Order: sequence, then structure tokens, then C-alpha cells
Amino acid sequence: MELYELGIKAAREGLAKGEFSSVELTQAIIDRFHAKNAEIGAYLTFDEGQALALARENPKAVPIAVKDLINVAGQPCTCASKILNGYVSPYDATVIRNMKSHDFIPAGRVNMDEFAMGSSTENSGLGVTRNPYDTDRVPGGSSGGSAAAVGGNLCIAALGTDTGGSIRQPASFCNCVGVKPSYGRVSRYGVTAFASSLDQVGPMAKSVEDAAILLSALAGHDEMDGTTPRVSVPDYAASLVGATMKGVRIGIAKEYFDVRGLDPEVRRITDEAVKKCEAAGAELVEVSLPHTEYAMAVYYIVAPAEASANLARFDGVRYGHRSAGAADVYSLYTKSRAEGFGPEVKRRIIMGTYVLSSGYYDAYYGRAQKVRTLIKRDFDEAFARCDALLTPCAPTPAFRLGELQDPLTMYLNDLFTIPSSLAGVCASSVPAGFSGDTKMPVGVQFVCGAFDEAKLLRVSKAFEEIRGNVV
Amino acid sequence: MKIDVGYVAELARLELTDEEKAVFQPQLENIVKYVEKISEVDVEGVEPMMHGRTLVNAFREDEVRPSLAAEAALANAPKRVGDEFLLPKIVEGAES
Repeated sequence: MELYELGIKAAREGLAKGEFSSVELTQAIIDRFHAKNAEIGAYLTFDEGQALALARENPKAVPIAVKDLINVAGQPCTCASKILNGYVSPYDATVIRNMKSHDFIPAGRVNMDEFAMGSSTENSGLGVTRNPYDTDRVPGGSSGGSAAAVGGNLCIAALGTDTGGSIRQPASFCNCVGVKPSYGRVSRYGVTAFASSLDQVGPMAKSVEDAAILLSALAGHDEMDGTTPRVSVPDYAASLVGATMKGVRIGIAKEYFDVRGLDPEVRRITDEAVKKCEAAGAELVEVSLPHTEYAMAVYYIVAPAEASANLARFDGVRYGHRSAGAADVYSLYTKSRAEGFGPEVKRRIIMGTYVLSSGYYDAYYGRAQKVRTLIKRDFDEAFARCDALLTPCAPTPAFRLGELQDPLTMYLNDLFTIPSSLAGVCASSVPAGFSGDTKMPVGVQFVCGAFDEAKLLRVSKAFEEIRGNVV
Repeated sequence: MKIDVGYVAELARLELTDEEKAVFQPQLENIVKYVEKISEVDVEGVEPMMHGRTLVNAFREDEVRPSLAAEAALANAPKRVGDEFLLPKIVEGAES
């Protein structure tokens, strides 16, 4: 086995036994980057000198690829946008500081949809990322670089972010485990904001156990992010010992299965996953989340509205691109933003500005927030009756580059991941099989209640053990 | 629903070409038509959900702490003069 194929647990064991050093491990990732990145395009930049220096400082360190919207001191942080070309972070995000204190080091910056807006990484303003299982297909998004790096063994594990499915859908497309933590579980300080009532950082890894180890390092209260409560962080990996499906109440919601646009092979794989859980001793519970059909509409009001406010900071004044053609301050704003942002970001800023504008606020944003309450109540009621929901993760396997041209069609990729994001609960994507026609990987989604990550990971781990071969 | 894309883009301080307006107009109207689905839902008496979880104010002691040094904060400035960001003239009649 090559060093770059290792996951976190195996890498730590090898380091502990002295089979290789942290520098050798990091160098193996760098060599793999040189061998494969031209083909896959997972990374935007890789500061080899910094990664090796950090590996020399900490002989226990495991390198982790970082999505290009998380600040690492001295590194670029472009959010895959031309507007941040040349930007260098002055400080480490809290998740980076937390990683370093848990023997992880940032190594390489991976591609994404610009400002995390998209489901294929095709909205990156800086480069193309390809699916390691078929390079004519997308890796998913927005954390497509993270997923391609994990799925293609270009890293040990990666950090992604998830606003409406941006960890889980690419994890499904690239055969990796992705965990979207509950809202507030992980600090966003130093993570460029897209939609602040939804954004979460989470692990993308080669196994559930790896994701659990990394999540324990990332999570916890941070006084720099007022949304992170003082809830202690369990040793998630330790809580996986003895994980079983026996007696677990798995909720099956018809709203996630009888859906137009659900690929028959994804449906088959998800149905089989349900049967495997039942055969392993899980109790299936029929639940209903009646407001599911409104989740997409709520999301495409709330997320653009918050994005339009968050992205107002990119104005060419203090950092980022400044137009050379601006005669006054007004045109400095309008031209710098016009030149720096790509089409999807512009669309969402306009959409968000529209739904917040005078006369429309109550009909759109105000009403969407109330429907969001009803969506959250659906989850509260479901989790009174079951431990975890099992649903499809993405409605299709990875599609071809350039295949989806209409924005609204692209948005439908997040049909199954958006409701849990709106509810603020935690969810995972776990590899479940390969589609028969496309031969592409397909993951299933597990969803648990807020701050119930230990249970989510145990159920995910139990499924990983019974799902069969997915290599 | 007819959206005045040019006007909304102005509110967002975003200059659009005529070509972009022509592309965005039907796309945005399509998206708005889709999200209007929420008007079907009865929200009488429902409290709005402002955030991903129920929030309480997060307080801390009001004390002086180290922060980013001026040089680090200015390092990414497109244009600067001394310890200040340099902009085109804002106030009429003032020195630029």
C-alpha cells in the first residue's frame, strides 16, 4: 500500500510505530499531487515548503487538504474567485488552530465552486476539477476539490464546508465519507461566509472512523463564533466501538423516496441499504416530513439573501480585486465586483438582494423563515420516533462536465440535503454502492438530531460494516 | 413576476452588461417563480426561524486584547498610503 492511500487512522498508526515520518507522509502526498493533479485538478495551490515545515515541527502530524475558503496564515484563500486572486490570509481559522493542536496540519488548498455556490465545482473561477472515478464527470460541489482529493487518494483526508449539501453530495459522487455537523458544532471563525445561518465546516474522509477522528479535532466552542455553544466534544472515534445496527430505529420518510428526478439506480442502492440495515437488526420506522417539498424554495430565498449581505464586503477597498477603470467610489464598487465575481455568484447576489428589497421582504425572506420553522418541526417530530433517517444523498450519480446548464436544474442536486441543513441537524454521506449503468459511486445519507453526532457516526459506522464492498 | 434586474443589480453595487442582463432575466424569473411555492404554506401564527439553532446572546468580558497589527491588516490592500486604505475621492470638493 502506498502512503498516499492511507486514511487518518492508518497514518497515525504508521507514525506511532515509526514505519514512516510525518515528513515522509507529507512528501508522499506532495509526490502524489505532482503525479495526479494535472489530471484531476483537485488542488488549486500547494505550498510544499509550508506543509513540510509544519511536518518537521510536529512528528505526529497528519496532512489534511483544506477547502480554499478556510484561512491558513500565509496562504492564499481565494474561495475559487477571481475577486480574491492574490489574497494572502493574515491568520489561521479556528478549525486550523484546532487541527494543529490535534496533530493535523494543513497541506494544499483544494478547489470548490466560487464562494461555495454550486453542486459541481464548475462554478470555480480558477480551475476545473474532475471526478477521479471518471474524468469526464464532475466531482460534485461545492466541496468538489476536497471530494476528488479524498476519492482519488490525493490526500489523507480533507476539510469541506456544507451550506445545503456541499460536503455530502460531492462525498456521494467521489465515494468518500462526508459529515455535515450540526449548526454550531464547529466554529466558522476564519471561514469565508456564504449563508451564515447554514454554513458548517466538516470532515471528508476515507472511512467513518477517520471522519470521527477529524471531527473531534474540529468541533467545540469558540469565543470567536457566537453560534458555538459550550457543549463538550466527545471522543467520536471512541464512541464507535461496538457500533451496531441492532435495535437502531431507522426512519424512512416517503418524501425522500417517491420523488420525481430520483435516478432509478440511486433508488435501488438506497432501497438495498434500507434492507441491509433491517437485516442487520435495525427497526424500520415510517416517518413523514410533510414540509420537505418546500425546503428547496426556502433555501433559495434564505441562502442568497444571506449571501448578498455577506458578499457585500468584497468591494475592492480593503483587499481583493480593485478595478483599474474606476473614476469614483461608486464605480469602484460596481466595476470591481463585476470583474471579480463569476455568473453564479452574481445571480445569487441579485436574487438575494431582490428577496430582501423593499416591498418583497415579508413575502419572501420573512415567509421563508416561518416555513423553515415548520421544516425544523418536521425533524423534531421524526426524531421523537426514530434514531436516524436514512435517505438518498444526491438524486443522481455524478453527471458529465457541462451536462447541467440551467441553474434551477443544478439546484435540484441538493433536494435531499437541504432540509437537514435548514433544520440545523447533523447528517452524513456514506458510500453505499455503484450505479449499474454509469459505474459511478453512490452514497446514502443518514440524518440525526442536533448535536447527536456520536449517534450519527455510530449508525454510519454500523452501515459501513454491513454495506458490502464499495471499492 | 417581472424583475428589474438592472435596478436590483444597482442596489447590489454590481455592474452588469446588457448581455448578462439578457441571460439573468429569464433565469432569475424562473427561480423566483419556483420559490413562490412557499406562498402555498399556511404560516399563520408560526414564529420565524432566524438561525440554525436557538440563539442566546454570547457575551464576553469587555477587555483589551491583541488584534491584527496594522501592517498585517493592510498587507492585502489594493492601494494604500501609510497606514490607510487609499480610495478615489468620496466627498465633493475635498482633496482626493
